Amino acid sequence: MRVLTYAAAIREAHAQILAADPRAFVIGQGLWSPWYAGASLEDLDREFSRERIIDSPVSENATTGLAVGAALAGMRPIVFHPRLDFMLLAADPIVNQAANWAYLFGGRIGVPLVIRGVINRGGEQGAQHSQALHAMFMHVPGLKVVMPAAAYDAKGLLMAAMDDPNPVLYIDDRCLYETTGAVPEAMFRVPIGKAALRRSGRDVTLIGISSMAAQCNRAAETLSVEGIDAEVIDLRSLKPWDRDRVIESVRKTGRAVVADPGWRTAGASAEIAATISAEAFHDLKEPVERVTLPDCPAPTSRLEEGRYYAGAKEICESARRVLGRGSAQGAAA
Amino acid sequence: MTETAPRRMEQPLAWLQRQWTTMVRIRRAEEAVAALVESGEARCPCHLYIGQEAIAAGVCSALERTDTIWGGHRSHGHYLAKGGPLAAMFAEILGKETGCSGGRGGSMHLFAAGQGILGTVPIVAGTVPLAVGAAMAYKMRGEAHAAVAFFGDGCVEEGHVHESMNLAALYRLPVVFVCENNLYSSHMHWSERRLADHLHRAGEFHSVPGERVDGNDVEAVFAAASAAVSRARAGEGPSFLECRTFRWRGHVGASMDLDVGVKRRGELEEWMQKDPIARLEVRLRACGAVLDERPIREEMQDALEAARQAPFPAAGRFVEHVFAEAACAS
Repeated sequence: MRVLTYAAAIREAHAQILAADPRAFVIGQGLWSPWYAGASLEDLDREFSRERIIDSPVSENATTGLAVGAALAGMRPIVFHPRLDFMLLAADPIVNQAANWAYLFGGRIGVPLVIRGVINRGGEQGAQHSQALHAMFMHVPGLKVVMPAAAYDAKGLLMAAMDDPNPVLYIDDRCLYETTGAVPEAMFRVPIGKAALRRSGRDVTLIGISSMAAQCNRAAETLSVEGIDAEVIDLRSLKPWDRDRVIESVRKTGRAVVADPGWRTAGASAEIAATISAEAFHDLKEPVERVTLPDCPAPTSRLEEGRYYAGAKEICESARRVLGRGSAQGAAA
Repeated sequence: MTETAPRRMEQPLAWLQRQWTTMVRIRRAEEAVAALVESGEARCPCHLYIGQEAIAAGVCSALERTDTIWGGHRSHGHYLAKGGPLAAMFAEILGKETGCSGGRGGSMHLFAAGQGILGTVPIVAGTVPLAVGAAMAYKMRGEAHAAVAFFGDGCVEEGHVHESMNLAALYRLPVVFVCENNLYSSHMHWSERRLADHLHRAGEFHSVPGERVDGNDVEAVFAAASAAVSRARAGEGPSFLECRTFRWRGHVGASMDLDVGVKRRGELEEWMQKDPIARLEVRLRACGAVLDERPIREEMQDALEAARQAPFPAAGRFVEHVFAEAACAS
């Protein structure tokens, strides 16, 4: 199959959606500049006109509200926020309006809206250009949240989000843009709410979200060298998330490590760990481990940043812990 | 208070009578809601529109069914003026299954897609950018519809109203910003919130032309709204109307002279003298019109009775409709 970068997969999804559906348009900050969205929206304005690829004034609230209103009036907008940090200025149209609308009016109308927000993990971006805020939005009834980690899902989940009659928050991460994977050329959908099994294993289940799913793949390779057979699940969707797939796996392995690119307290990992603990309690051989960011904003200095962001190394350490392998043994591996 | 001279176009008697019917229907409906609040039958927060009827009537009479209006917490009048069914509004206020929002929304969440009401919500100015978005949809599809954002004077203090006006002007969108200046934001008089009394200029910085209108004169409101809607349909972009008025009841609930514990400064009596319905009746009677409220009162009774008889939502179903099954309104 053809190989694309994650960013090119996002761009291709946009292009195919815009070509297929005259109701589709994109609005947000930085759409005409490579500065904000990298290659993920490159030259779409030239291909589809600036009437449909609308680089807006920096008005996060009103552009998002505009997208909600346009969706209610029959369009299929994608509103783009180049950082989740900036998207907080649009909390009202996302949380109060889009997420509640179907419920408030008894299901008589939906808000078919894609809200795209970007995480920018690393790169000395600091505390206001890098935040992974998915858990805040996962908390809200009426919002769907997807977080692709692979190029294939980056395309297929955007297509699925566009088909959904509800607001879908699509979160991608700049740190994944150059990663590559097989992506079909034709339009296809990855169903929202279905996880992907990246690797089958018997000893421990590694459950990864977004960039941490990619780290789980790396961790599993390291662990296999040590004789640990890890199963890797890329969650892909956070709301709804694939409980069945996760519980089934943990019932088999009896051990779970949840790897989340967000903070620890009340994070996505807490929800997943609590669900595993409740629903697979009798199959668990050890408490669920969580690999998260510490409850601390992102530092900028590169050495500090390296200490701040957990990755495959920490996932391996957690996997060894739940398997009763000492850290000394891990360090030797 | 200074007002621009109303652009009076002499309206035919039949038009005046239709406005009278619209305004009296709103007032009697609001009085019925006030009674429901006082008796405890209605429990959701109800923000009454009494005193402001000429604005909803005048603006909506300049619109077509396919134009959309976007409202807030005080939108019973907008809903009725645009053609929302009365019984479904009473039922919604009483939390009934037959309510216009299925009993999920109450007084502050009204919906009538067929009449161009795609939802009213009480977050202050929450629907202002949504109206701009609907206007964007019309422009992109080449449709000559207009979107009207109704909002109070307090909303102009929200940042996203200014963002919205800028976007509407920049993209030349067919939207009319109707600011109903009833002088109070909840319990706070405008003078406690702003140094200058010049809301009609709120759009100036964003290149949105503004106008101050006597909001208690339905003909003046209609004239200004018609001009703004014509501009919108002609692709000339948004307009801002400051409609000066006064709400007779408190911010929320039924009381006349108390507002969240704050006694208003003798303005109520002064404004009751400017009652928009009484003013219209003077005009109508001078034209020899016969005004008969009985059909309206009967309609109120029937709608109220139907709402009272309607069932509450069945138990165990409140979790339904968190997500829509289809985007289109049924």
